[in-house]
Amino acid sequence: MAKFTQKKKKGIQAISTASLPDIVFMLLFFFMLVTVLRSDEPLVEVKPPSASEVAIIEQKNLVKYINIGPAVDKKVRAKRGDAALIQLNDSFATVDDIQGWIADVARPSLNEADQKKMIISLKVDKSTKMGVVSAVKQELRQASALKILYATAERKRTGSAN
Amino acid sequence: MPRRTLPEINAGSMADIAFLLLVFFLMVTTIDTEKGILRQLPPPLPPDPDVPEVRQRNVFEVLVNANNDLLVEGEYMKVGKLKDAAIKFLVADGVFSDMPEDENLPLREWVREADVKSQMDNLEQLKAATDNEDKRESLDKAIENWDKKLAAIEFFGEYKELPGSALISMQNDNNTNYDTYIQIQNELESAVNELRDQLCMKHFGISYSELAKTYERLKGDEKAAEVYKRQLYAVRSVYPQRISEAEPKNLGNY
Repeated sequence: MAKFTQKKKKGIQAISTASLPDIVFMLLFFFMLVTVLRSDEPLVEVKPPSASEVAIIEQKNLVKYINIGPAVDKKVRAKRGDAALIQLNDSFATVDDIQGWIADVARPSLNEADQKKMIISLKVDKSTKMGVVSAVKQELRQASALKILYATAERKRTGSAN
Repeated sequence: MPRRTLPEINAGSMADIAFLLLVFFLMVTTIDTEKGILRQLPPPLPPDPDVPEVRQRNVFEVLVNANNDLLVEGEYMKVGKLKDAAIKFLVADGVFSDMPEDENLPLREWVREADVKSQMDNLEQLKAATDNEDKRESLDKAIENWDKKLAAIEFFGEYKELPGSALISMQNDNNTNYDTYIQIQNELESAVNELRDQLCMKHFGISYSELAKTYERLKGDEKAAEVYKRQLYAVRSVYPQRISEAEPKNLGNY
């Protein structure tokens, strides 16, 4: 029965790569689940300023965004110039819309216990004039959304003399 | 007809396909953290607000105009110098020892252990005497406040505190650049944080942010977090963060 006699193995056997696809698939699924494809596409261009004293928000679900900056779309840009526009969710808005947005959209999207902890993240372009930002802040105060985050990039603290 | 068996498909390239998809998702994924300067806005003003009178020396005034120029305490200043000026204001005439008084800086007042203890005893007695729920709550808050000062004395010894009305006030023009605004906010905050860092390093051997992080991590476990909480309160009562934003104005180009 020569068929069943095993050959003597020589040297180190090659490691089976049969499970490699499984491992890769596992990683793949992880990244597919982790990836959050943003639902609202940015309509305005935001180059954030940088700051050293940044706080990091762990609970991202508490954060609602207001984007302020010049329009991305060329047609809108031709019409409005480089003036800063306000984006709420997936459309342009004016300062007057903010109170309504807070009350009807942003706040109800959180569950009741978290509504007090809501943080409004202001993603504002570097070159924006403070007039718009101040107006937005005043509206937020009126709407009692008092916790705000100026979204910034992180940098090192500048040195000081002492 | 002879029966043909389907040839087995070679699965060797499966890994390659999966890798391709994996790389796509790796590139698309942005695990971006929410970072920024966290601020609490003041609640909306009542129609006729009571404006408390504040002594000039107790206010560190920062004005920014439409050309992004800074006027600090009436003097033109570069952003880079702002932090040192703010630190000088916050330290004033010394924190743990008396330093010569400067008439443009606030006067820190000594917090004595005996005073704090007697104040706390008084409040405790008041609390025991009252049955009013609301009053009790406000008394509890007052006691907690004194307790924070006591914590500071425990860790650092007796210190001088900033007068209650001392604050850093910032006012900007409607045409000020947002970038400038953030840089100024950042410098002012970093002044406070730097002082806190120094104090923490000296007494606890870790930086302030490290201390805050440790507390955040242990928050669920009250017993373990207790000591860190007291340390945090102690540091905060020595160097409080008082950055106020005045209502915006059109300051024009002066």
